[in-house]
Amino acid sequence: MTFTPANSKDGIEKADGDSERPAQLSARLRSRTPARVGLRRAGVTIATTELLDFQLAHAQARDAVHASLHSASLIAELLQLGPMWGAPDAAAPILLHSAARDRRTYLERPDLGRSLTDESRQRLAQSRCDTRYDVALVIADGLSALAVERHAVAVLKQLLPALTRLPGGIQVAPLCLVEQGRVAIGDEIAQKLNASLVVVLIGERPGLSSPDSLGAYITWQPRAGQTTDAERNCISNIRLEGLSYELAAARLLFYIREATRRRLTGVALKDPDSVQRSLPDEIPSGD
Amino acid sequence: MDYGHTIRGVRHNFANLGELMARATPFRSGDALAGVAAASAEERVAAQYALADVPLRQFLDDLLIPYETDEVTRLIVDTHDAGAFAPIASLTVGEFRDWLLSADATADRLQGIAPGLMPEMVAAVSKLMRIQDLIQVAARVRVITRFRTTVGLPGRLSTRLQPNHPTDDAAGIAASLLDGLLLESGDAVIGINPVSDNPATVSRLLRLLEMVRERYEIPTQSCMLAHITTQIAAIELGAPLDLLFQSIAGTEAANTSFGVNLALLKEGQDAAQALDRGGICADGIRGRNLMYFETGQGSALSANAHYGTNGTRIDQQTLEARAYAVARHFEPMLVNTVVGFIGPEYLFDGKQITRAALEDHFCGKLLGLPMGCDVCYTNHAEADQDDMDAMLTLLGTAGVNYIMGVPGADDIMLNYQSTSFHDALYLRQLLKLRPAPEFESWLSGEGFDRLRRDSDTAGGTLDALLERRLLA
Repeated sequence: MTFTPANSKDGIEKADGDSERPAQLSARLRSRTPARVGLRRAGVTIATTELLDFQLAHAQARDAVHASLHSASLIAELLQLGPMWGAPDAAAPILLHSAARDRRTYLERPDLGRSLTDESRQRLAQSRCDTRYDVALVIADGLSALAVERHAVAVLKQLLPALTRLPGGIQVAPLCLVEQGRVAIGDEIAQKLNASLVVVLIGERPGLSSPDSLGAYITWQPRAGQTTDAERNCISNIRLEGLSYELAAARLLFYIREATRRRLTGVALKDPDSVQRSLPDEIPSGD
Repeated sequence: MDYGHTIRGVRHNFANLGELMARATPFRSGDALAGVAAASAEERVAAQYALADVPLRQFLDDLLIPYETDEVTRLIVDTHDAGAFAPIASLTVGEFRDWLLSADATADRLQGIAPGLMPEMVAAVSKLMRIQDLIQVAARVRVITRFRTTVGLPGRLSTRLQPNHPTDDAAGIAASLLDGLLLESGDAVIGINPVSDNPATVSRLLRLLEMVRERYEIPTQSCMLAHITTQIAAIELGAPLDLLFQSIAGTEAANTSFGVNLALLKEGQDAAQALDRGGICADGIRGRNLMYFETGQGSALSANAHYGTNGTRIDQQTLEARAYAVARHFEPMLVNTVVGFIGPEYLFDGKQITRAALEDHFCGKLLGLPMGCDVCYTNHAEADQDDMDAMLTLLGTAGVNYIMGVPGADDIMLNYQSTSFHDALYLRQLLKLRPAPEFESWLSGEGFDRLRRDSDTAGGTLDALLERRLLA
């Protein structure tokens, strides 16, 4: 069966037949912004290709939100980082789980995603020794397991050698990997490991064009259930199209060094690199 | 007063009015998170029966949040208009619903009782209403506001053009702005959410919007959605500020977490009013509405600021309605419930988001507010474009004053999905709605013509704008 628009002499109306929006203009607009500008139309709405482009982006974001973390293969990768501690016999990563048993619970109950199961608490207690650590590193799936699987190891590969080279030597606690975890779950982990500072690498909420964006949160002397977001520093948008691994690791190193020196994190600790791209201050009104 | 209801010999008791309100609320994840949702579907309906029997005047005596400790409660009580309340003073909540749906509740009468309604009364009745009730009553209420355009007239649908950019890049913002203008968007406001909340950025981008607006003689108003203190500082820098924005909530504690209170809102309003930038609208009236408020269910809970008398936790929909009392006090140009932005722990899926949007629109309109709605969702909510289309269409039939216009429905700065310029065109075409009269005239006049000619010409003014030659 074919559909013939009444006002079309050859029976076919192409989406691009919008003479008021020449393709040339669309290209010029698109060269200025990653926003979905200059879209081809079908009637008043968007053309099929544009519709499917959007649906694909949303599908990828949804898949990222609901993907399970492949913990076993990630642990295998993390084990290979052992030598980077400068200690070949570095402890194996500890696999933990939040009190949110599945993704739906995780999405509905942020409080459960911030606390550990009893079994995970016991596991942490077993691995605790008398050492006082300077830094605990926690990897949590957050809202994108994909981000963690793609970028967490790469960031650590940049960070760990630099950490161990810091003057005075930095004691890094055994790595922890958390399933169904939110940022604040790192607070309890760091306390139980007796660490002064915690870095949480976590999958960020996927955007339409960024299903695999990794975030890093740095917190000095975290206290489970008490530390507020204002006491954390954050590095966002770590992914191939965003912040590079090198820059992310450099900023992490900066925060770890400064937090340890000044004994704080949060709003009082500013990232010198985070200055916005500067825009001209004056907009003359003439041509 | 005792609150309870018996179903086949089983008594359901509710400790106080706040608990009753929460238990009577149609299910949403945020109330479960707060631990105030009904334990069963039957308990919820029992609460609704009990709520239906509560006299409206009970809300004046039994305050959900104490007068002494909450300035929003003081505002609600101190500005309550007993005269306007008189015609409905003898009704229970259930009788109030029946009256609202009767032919007796004309647009004029609804407008007349608005100053006599407390937000808690409006929230209560909405809990007994189905979606068609919420639409039917709201559609009777017209709330009309003016700055340079007139928003809210019957048969009209306006849009906020939202040309955000992840680094506040002026050329990037200009590209989205021009795309939207060419698709007939922006008659409610052109409003940017800046990444960096500082007066210099706010001033710079306001001057960009001012330049485009003046060059093409666009009858609209601009706004930067930064913190109110940042905008006040921008005014002091000489920025051409039209509408003054702020996010608000329904408790003093939640507003404190936003860094605002009633005095600060008043200070900002006075500063913006002193600029005297409103225009003469199509009906010859000078535009004086200049506040732009955004709200959303769950904001008080997320700030742990949802407690009422004796520590009773108040449900998120009631607290949202209380935010409208704050808004109402400042005679705003626009109020927007950003309903799906907050995430699934407050509104889990398309069904919950849609119901909340229609509740918010109903409550706001009944209280006399120019309600718009950000028809939106995040990627971790159980929702998709089909949910948004349904919600958009329902809100259109309910007579929403305005919706958002975001390029391709994808906000690349705030990372959520809203409505596109095309979505607004769909709704206007389907329901035969037109833009604000001033903007409609502009679309068929010399200014829009010049914009189109410029956009067709490579190397013209638009390219100069995009290439920042005009900005550098």
